[in-house]
Amino acid sequence: METLIGLLVAAPLLGAGILLTGGRRLDRVGHLLGTLLALVSFVLGVVLFTNMLGKDGDARALHSHLFTWVPVEGFRADVGFQLDQLSMTFVLLITGVGTLIHIYSIGYMAHDERRRRFFGYLNLFLAAMLLLVLADNYFLLYAGWEGVGLASYLLIGFWQHKPSAATAAKKAFLVNRVGDIGLSVAIMLMFTTFGSFAFADILPRAADASTTQHATITGIGFMLLLAACGKSAQVPLQSWLGDAMEGPTPVSALIHAATMVTAGVYLITRSGAIFNAAPDAQTAVVTVGAVTLLYGAIVGCAKDDIKKALAGSTMSQIGYMIMAAGLGPIGYVFAIMHLVTHGFFKAGLFLGAGSVMHGMNDEVDMRRYGGLWRHMPVTFVTFGLGYLAIIGFPGLSGFFSKDKIIEAAFAKGGTEGWILGGAAMLGAAITAFYMTRVMLMTFFGEKRWVPDADGHEPHPHESPSSMTIPMIILAFGSVFAGGLFTLNSSFLKWLEPVTGHSEGDSPVSTATVTTGTMVVLVLGVGLAWLMYGRRSVPATAPRGSLLTRAARRDLLQDDINHVVLVRGGEHLTRSLVYLDHSLVDGVVNGTAASVGGLSGRLRKLQNGYVRSYAVSMLGGTVVLVAATLLMRAV
Amino acid sequence: MNPVNYLYLSALLFTIGAAGVLIRRNAIVVFMCVELMLNACNLAFVTFSRLQGNLDGQVIAFFTMVVAAAEVVVGLAIIVSIFRSRHSASVDDANLMKL
Repeated sequence: METLIGLLVAAPLLGAGILLTGGRRLDRVGHLLGTLLALVSFVLGVVLFTNMLGKDGDARALHSHLFTWVPVEGFRADVGFQLDQLSMTFVLLITGVGTLIHIYSIGYMAHDERRRRFFGYLNLFLAAMLLLVLADNYFLLYAGWEGVGLASYLLIGFWQHKPSAATAAKKAFLVNRVGDIGLSVAIMLMFTTFGSFAFADILPRAADASTTQHATITGIGFMLLLAACGKSAQVPLQSWLGDAMEGPTPVSALIHAATMVTAGVYLITRSGAIFNAAPDAQTAVVTVGAVTLLYGAIVGCAKDDIKKALAGSTMSQIGYMIMAAGLGPIGYVFAIMHLVTHGFFKAGLFLGAGSVMHGMNDEVDMRRYGGLWRHMPVTFVTFGLGYLAIIGFPGLSGFFSKDKIIEAAFAKGGTEGWILGGAAMLGAAITAFYMTRVMLMTFFGEKRWVPDADGHEPHPHESPSSMTIPMIILAFGSVFAGGLFTLNSSFLKWLEPVTGHSEGDSPVSTATVTTGTMVVLVLGVGLAWLMYGRRSVPATAPRGSLLTRAARRDLLQDDINHVVLVRGGEHLTRSLVYLDHSLVDGVVNGTAASVGGLSGRLRKLQNGYVRSYAVSMLGGTVVLVAATLLMRAV
Repeated sequence: MNPVNYLYLSALLFTIGAAGVLIRRNAIVVFMCVELMLNACNLAFVTFSRLQGNLDGQVIAFFTMVVAAAEVVVGLAIIVSIFRSRHSASVDDANLMKL
C-alpha cells in the first residue's frame, strides 16, 4: 500500500513531464493522456481510501520513506510521504475535483491550439498540490508549495499574448513570494528550535515546549500565517486572486476549489499543534479570517464580472475556513469540512460560469447576460444547486459546513466569540446577497445580450457533454456532501484522530444559530431580489455609493499597494541610486580625481633639465644633512 | 698652519663646484665642476686623516680618485657622443627624458 502513495504523486508528474517535453506529435492525444493520468491518481486515491477505511481510527496513517534528499551531518531532509485522514481528504478532493476539471477542459479548451501544454500545466498543478499535502516534513511540503506557485503562474498567464494575463500571472507570483518568505522563515525557525523538519518530530514537541521556546513558537505561528495569507489570498495578500481570473475558467475552478487557495488552510490545520501552543498567533489567524470573509463578500457584491464576483466569494469562503482553523480544536474539523463542500460547489459554480461564457462568446459582464435559464438548462440547474449550497440553503452542503463554523465561532467564548460569530453571521447575509445577485443577473430577467467586438450575435446554447457531466457530478456533491458528512458526525469521527476536536460551550444554542442564519439568509436573498430581481438591471453600472465604488476597485487594495509598496519602493530605490551616485561614487571618483590632479602637478617636476634634477638632489642632501645634525644636536 | 683652514678651502671649492653644476650649461664645464666637488671632498678626507692621525681618509681619497678616473672616461665618452649627434654640448638641449 505504501508504494501507492508515491505513485499518487508520480502519475500527474509523469503526465506533466510527457506533455511538456513531448512536442507537437502529442497534440492529438495530449489532453486524453493528461486526463487519464489525473484519473489514475484519483483511482489510486480511492484504493488507498478504501484500504484506510478498513483500519481503526488511530492506525490509519501510512508512512512511506522514499530516500534521503539532503544527507548532510546535522541536517537531514527526507523525501517521505505521510497519508493520514487529513491528507486523504485532500487527496480525494484534489484528484476528484481535479479529474472533473480535466474532463471539462477537454471541451472548454477544444479550440485552443496550445491545449496539450495546458493539460501539462494542469497535471503539474495536481502533482505539486499532492506533494504538498502528502509530504511528511516541512522541507518537502515547501517544494510542493513552490510547485503550486509555479503552476499557478503558468496557468494564470496561459493566454500570455494578452498583456493583462501576463501581468496577472506576475502579480500572483510576486504576491505569493511574499507569503513564501513567511513559510521559509517558519521552516528555518523550526529547524533551529527543534532540529528537524519532520512533522513527527516538530508537532508533538511544540505542544510541550518550554517557556523560552514559547516566543519562537509564536513567531513560527505568525510566519505560517503569512504563508497561508499568500497562498489562500487572505488580507493583506489577497490582491492577486481577482486578477487571477485572467486565466482560462477551468484554471479558476482548479485554483479556487481543489488546489492553491486550500493550501493555506491545510498548512494551518496541519500545524495545529504549533498554533495551539501560540494563542497570540491564533488570535491573529481568526482576525485575518474574519476580516477576509467580510472583505471578500463586500468585493463580491460590487463586481459585474461573473468570475470576479465568484473570486470575491472564494476569498470570503476561505476566510471562513481560516477563521475556523484559527479557533483551534473546536474549528479544525469544520474548516476542512467546509473546504471539501466548498470544493464541490465552488468548482461547480466556476465550471458553470465557464459554460455560460462558452455560450456567450466569452462575455464576462453579467449586465450583458440575463434570461439564460431557458437556453442553458443543465448549466442553470447545476449552477443553481451550487448557488443554493453556497448561501447555505437548508439541507445542502454549505448549510451544514457553514453553520458549524458559525457555531464554533460563537463557542470561542467571551467577547471574541460574539465578535467572530457576528462577523460570520454578517458574512452569511452578504454571501446570500451577492450570490443571489449573480444568479438573478445571469439567468433571470430580460435579455441584455450585445454582439461581441466582431459583431457576432450571441447564440447561447448548452455546452457539450464533456463540460456538462463534470458540472452534474459536482452538483451532486454540492447537494449531498454536507449531509453525508454530518450524518452520524461521520466527518468529525474521520478527522478527529488527526486534528483533535473539542466541543466548545457555545453561549447560543445550535437551534438559535440555525434560526439566525436562516433569518440573515432570507434577508440577503430578499434584498438582492428587491434590487436585481424586481427592478430591471441597467446595462451600464450606476455610479453607486462610495462603498460600491471602492468595492469595485477591490476596496482600494491595489491603490494602497500602489501607493505604499510600488511608489514607496520607487522612492526608496531612487534615493538609494541617488546616494550611490552622489556618496559612494563621489568618494571613489573623488579619490581618483585628487590622485590624478596631484600627479599632474608632480609630473611637472620631471622637466628633462639635468640641472633642475641636480637642484633637487642637492636640496635633498641638504635636508638630510640638516636633519641629521639637528637630531644630533637634540 | 691650522689644518682647519684646509677644511674651509674644501668647503669653498665644493660650493664653487656645486654652483657650477647648477648654473653652467656647457656639459664640459659641468663635468669639470663635478670633478672639482670630488676633489674638494678628497681634500676634506685628507685633512680629516691628518686631524685624526690615521690613514683612513687617505685611503678613501685614493678610492675616490679611482672612481673619478673611471667616471671621467664614461662621462667624456657620453658627452662626445651627444655632441656628435646634436652638435651641441649644452645640457639644457638634451631634455628628451621628460613627461
